[in-house]
Amino acid sequence: MTALLLASNAVPRDLAHLSDEALVALVARGDDSALAALYDRFGRVAYGLSLRILRDRALAEDAVQEAFLGIWRGADRFVAERAKASSWILTLVHRRAVDLVRREERRRVEPLEAAPEPAAGSADEEAWLRLQRERVQAALRRLPDQQREALELAYFGGFTQSELADRLGEPLGTIKSRMFSGLSRLRELLGEEEKERWQSPTT
Amino acid sequence: MAEPHDLTAAYALDALDPVEVREYESHLARCERCREELAALRDATASLAYAAPAPVPPPALRERILEQARRERAPVIPLRPRRTFTYALGAAAAAAACLAIGFGVWAATLNDRLNRQEDTSMILAEGKRVPLQGASGELVVTESGDALVIVSRLDPAPKGKTYELWVIKGTEPQHAGLFEGGPGTHIVKLARPVPPQATVAATVEKDGGVDAPTTKPFFSARA
Repeated sequence: MTALLLASNAVPRDLAHLSDEALVALVARGDDSALAALYDRFGRVAYGLSLRILRDRALAEDAVQEAFLGIWRGADRFVAERAKASSWILTLVHRRAVDLVRREERRRVEPLEAAPEPAAGSADEEAWLRLQRERVQAALRRLPDQQREALELAYFGGFTQSELADRLGEPLGTIKSRMFSGLSRLRELLGEEEKERWQSPTT
Repeated sequence: MAEPHDLTAAYALDALDPVEVREYESHLARCERCREELAALRDATASLAYAAPAPVPPPALRERILEQARRERAPVIPLRPRRTFTYALGAAAAAAACLAIGFGVWAATLNDRLNRQEDTSMILAEGKRVPLQGASGELVVTESGDALVIVSRLDPAPKGKTYELWVIKGTEPQHAGLFEGGPGTHIVKLARPVPPQATVAATVEKDGGVDAPTTKPFFSARA
């Protein structure tokens, strides 16, 4: 028996070296230790995202649980999708959280209070998450205000495009184009940042 | 109705209502341009998740997810349509091939598993499926008699015992392989062909197996 076949809660160390895509392929074959490894990689950002959308710990846990079970049941469908595994996973999480927030009528717009985060993860994990957060927030800050607003209300607020049009008193077409331009620009900004990182000399 | 080319961003952001989602998804199936556009926006959209503060989720959540996943461990492979299965297998095999470069023994073991499973993919793709009576799973038999038993949620065989498979046609059950059970879904290729109308059954026997069944079958299926 290989470590792969053991039904253990501990993630075999070998899995730590696998790409996200390889883990998803193993999950598609019913390997629960690969699911555990994916949870260890994305559980925290998934929970953070769900909590940001739902603003309720129990509901956020529900969203994360349903999303990871969705990964478990649907991992074989990932192959056909044209996206990174990480994007696929976070898309599933987002969809579950948005479904729940719409069902629960919990949508609000006030920014989440900047509660100090307990540094309960490892130092590496904390540093990596902080880096990611700063990177995406920096890109968001460089967007025109109206584009950023449309993205944030849609993605974190769970509003549909029609609700946004009503809320902001703008024609639907305007909202559509703000979302499209905002995402396209965000993509460029994150891409540029990536390029710079690769081009910068190592010190 | 106008084709909804301009819903890509809203779809990526989950900012469509259910009617619009259906409309856009059926459009997506026809529109290569939108598929490309969506693929291009997916990663940027998903990156937004990292902008939210990420407190540590309660440890119990991880356990709950894994427990539930194991509980519902359906026979993942056999329930998929054939095409999807083949793609998934190809991708897993490709992933395994990449891994083989750096991961020595472990990857070699994985490759063995995948090769064995590639053998079985033909049977899965072409075989007739018969639900098992007495256990959760199915018997898959091709016209030429190549057969698999797929069984899930089966307790491990008791200590000192093993599960033994039989092909029964007429009065003499014939040995067709051993397996151990335990967590997960098991795919067991039968060691002998299964003729039409034969019954496949499993019994609990002592380690190493026996020549003729000594206990009552606990599951069976008729080809």
